[in-house]
Amino acid sequence: MKAAVVVFPGSNCDRDVRVALEASMGRPPAMVWHAESTLPESDLIVLPGGFSYGDYLRSGAMAAHAPAMREVVARAKAGVPVLAICNGFQIATEAGLLPGLLMSNASLRFVCKDVHLRVEHSQSLFTDCFRAGQVVRMPVAHRDGNYFAEAEVLDALEDEDRIAFRYCTPAGELADGANPNGSIRSIAGIFNETRTVLGMMPHPERLADAELGGEDGKTMLDRIVAALG
Amino acid sequence: MSAPAAPAAPAQAEPAITAELVASHGLSDEEYARIEALLGRAPNFTELGIFSVMWSEHCSYKSSRIWLKTLPTEAPWVICGPGENAGIIDIGDGQAAVFKMESHNHPSYIEPYQGAATGVGGILRDIFTMGARPIANMNALRFGSPDEAKTRHLIAGVVAGIGGYGNCIGVPTVGGACEFHAAYDGNNLVNAMTVGVADAGRIFYSAAAGVGHSVVYAGSGTGRDGIHGATMASAEFASDSEAKRPTVQVGDPFTEKLVLEACLELMATDAIEAIQDMGAAGLTCSSVEMADKGGTGIELDLDRVPVRETDMTPYEIMLSESQERMLMVLKPGREEVAQRIFDKWQVDSAIIGRVTDSGRLVLKAGNAVVGDLPIRPLVDEAPVYERPYLEPAPRAPLAPADLPADPPPMQALARLVGSPDLCSKRWIWEQYDHMVMTDTVQRPGGDAAVVRVHGTDKRLAITTDCTPRYCVADPKLGGAQAVAEAWRNLSAVGAKPLAITDCLNFGSPEHPEVMGQFVGCVLGMGEACRALDFPVISGNVSFYNETNGHPILPTPTIGGVGLIAGSGRMATLAFKAADETVLLIGATEGHLGASLYLRDILGSEAGVPPPLDLAAERRNGDFVRGLIERGLVSACHDVADGGLLVALAEMALATCPAGEPIGVRIAPPAPADDAAPLAAWLFGEDQARYVVSAPAADVPTIMAAARAADVPAQAIGHTGGDALTLDGRGAISITELHRAHEGWLPDYMAAPI
Repeated sequence: MKAAVVVFPGSNCDRDVRVALEASMGRPPAMVWHAESTLPESDLIVLPGGFSYGDYLRSGAMAAHAPAMREVVARAKAGVPVLAICNGFQIATEAGLLPGLLMSNASLRFVCKDVHLRVEHSQSLFTDCFRAGQVVRMPVAHRDGNYFAEAEVLDALEDEDRIAFRYCTPAGELADGANPNGSIRSIAGIFNETRTVLGMMPHPERLADAELGGEDGKTMLDRIVAALG
Repeated sequence: MSAPAAPAAPAQAEPAITAELVASHGLSDEEYARIEALLGRAPNFTELGIFSVMWSEHCSYKSSRIWLKTLPTEAPWVICGPGENAGIIDIGDGQAAVFKMESHNHPSYIEPYQGAATGVGGILRDIFTMGARPIANMNALRFGSPDEAKTRHLIAGVVAGIGGYGNCIGVPTVGGACEFHAAYDGNNLVNAMTVGVADAGRIFYSAAAGVGHSVVYAGSGTGRDGIHGATMASAEFASDSEAKRPTVQVGDPFTEKLVLEACLELMATDAIEAIQDMGAAGLTCSSVEMADKGGTGIELDLDRVPVRETDMTPYEIMLSESQERMLMVLKPGREEVAQRIFDKWQVDSAIIGRVTDSGRLVLKAGNAVVGDLPIRPLVDEAPVYERPYLEPAPRAPLAPADLPADPPPMQALARLVGSPDLCSKRWIWEQYDHMVMTDTVQRPGGDAAVVRVHGTDKRLAITTDCTPRYCVADPKLGGAQAVAEAWRNLSAVGAKPLAITDCLNFGSPEHPEVMGQFVGCVLGMGEACRALDFPVISGNVSFYNETNGHPILPTPTIGGVGLIAGSGRMATLAFKAADETVLLIGATEGHLGASLYLRDILGSEAGVPPPLDLAAERRNGDFVRGLIERGLVSACHDVADGGLLVALAEMALATCPAGEPIGVRIAPPAPADDAAPLAAWLFGEDQARYVVSAPAADVPTIMAAARAADVPAQAIGHTGGDALTLDGRGAISITELHRAHEGWLPDYMAAPI
């Protein structure tokens, strides 16, 4: 299996994703500079977290226009799986790969902590390592993670089983106190129509090592890698 | 030295040098006379500005230098001590840890977000300038009374600023300290520390060598922001401090991230001869220091300096403190490599001058020489003051009879863990990305933060410490205690303490009382550093932290770094299981003088701090570290602010995030064989103490080892239950303590103003 991680100016989780993927794959993914207009042959593309272009305009808005993104969008449309984490999720919405957008957190403050996620749908490359309804733990670290879309879009996402994760209590209940950013309907991650693109604010690569306090992220990455051969 | 002809006047009219102009540059009459004598003529406006910043307290350490020289700076593992951008220690396997702490106090009061953000940006540059990748940020914050109207605004801005910078650049902020006292009203402290890791064989220094080599500027363009920041930081505040806002710089962490990556990539190509970041006093300080260290001269063509505003004068270009700028000397023929890397990272760069053998700083603009100064005097002839100082009168020991009656201990405990100083600082550190780089193995909230050295099993432990109420009561003891506490916190996680950086925050050195505090603290620090083999490898002095004549508490913040070897174990403070034995290591006499209990519960700041026995400190710490290394203890916590009962509560509280809390039950000494009152045993702040928990089966081994090491150790209770119970004296549920502990700060920040 071959993976590619796109690196934008201001990406800062690119190394973390590389380390976690390498642990799962046994060899490092290709690191692709944003200015490249071609991508190497890849079975998985990762858009990593960070502050591309400082997030000075609107999170992800400038990175969505990077030369490498044209190719990412084309590959995604051709069915190549894309895992878009945090700033990557923001970039994916700005690039039209996923609906909706990520606004400033309701608290207007950056938030970094472990959160509990309820797996909403397990029939996908990214989530079939989990059971639907299972509660997993991964960290968030963002200032703009407040997912929003219009009601029709949200209804469609729900009808089409395209909500991947929701923020929840350790017991799996949805509650305001368990939602770190005010996301509408507690949404933490969503799929595209074919469930080959996953955008999520939590960072699976940050709990992919027992010494860091958990391995739910590793479970997810290992399974993706295994499934893609 | 012959007096060269005065440089030509620049095209734009410059102010004439008058006594008022000299005074407004913070230079005394004597200092100005010295400048004229050195030059053999009057300086022009630009030159006056250069002298004023180079000779400012902030850059020249003129009041502190003679005392700083008394600090121990060497050990076999020290690669580079004070004097460079940061200190460096050997951490084995050809790797080095590079670290330093710096203050950004004045700017953070005037403009909290940008002041704190640029403090982080500046200390990060100091670290990567030396070829190290920054791996962790820490900070120590002091704010005024929570009741003061402005405090909340300062906390919100400072915390957002620290997070805003560190989060964006992608270096985890792994911990820190945040405390309150009315003495910081009008003068909050923001001390920021960065730790980086470098290849020990590839460290970059600032000495500009190689006559004729290109001097290259890289990073943001130079603007008019921050002109005279160093001079501002060298004067006390009056009520007009708000008017100083234009002297605060604006941070751009995105640009710094690009500059960081570009510099590290360029360093890997072996193109750089010398490098220095532009911090306080900007282009002036960086170019002068590089030439001074190299014993060379520098010629700069100011027309080639990238600027972001039009019509900037030589004075403004030389004194600007615009952020995210680097100055470097390239090896010959490497200009193209550098250009390619800077272009890749979209970092502006320009060759702005060359190294000369003249020993002079020569500035050109519009084909004319607009400044021409001898380098060495700018640095070495800076005035050094042996300021008069007054040792504080020794305080009277506490007279227990004069104190109000003790409240029930569990009530006092609930108040203490929910007090501004001891409450959970989660509201703060959840705004810092403390996990990016995926090497944070001990997150904020413990005795020390612990980060892995990437790609290895080695871990660095980092802490920031100071107890200002001890420093004001007894400066020498307080200085020593700050060092000892840092050493203790590192030992408590199982790390071998290696070295410290310091950030010495004081009032005006022109006041003999303040100078006496400074001298006492430095002497005490030196004593503890020597006793604990814990040298000072970098640091910073921040004087003039006073407003309208009211100085802050003396606050010599210590940033300590220790190493846990690849095979070594790490301890955390949370109890791990019920039915384990809880042991108190170290002697307890029950010293309540200058304690937090005395201040926050009994309302008195009197008394003398607990005595510090550095030999016992070392013995007890080495012993505890040994227990951790042998895997004999399941949890470890040092006993500090609030004493034993608070330490026990903190170990129980740390179990809450993982689910069902684990409580603890202890038996206080029987009144018959205890001279000190119960409160002194529970809340006294006797030094050199730790609480550990261990399975009962290991207790005999621990006790035998303690006897052999001549370390006091006693079993005081057991873990378990859902409460903290004091046999015969009541109990309090951990959930209730948790609510008090977690509640204060978010409630305070959310309360209507």
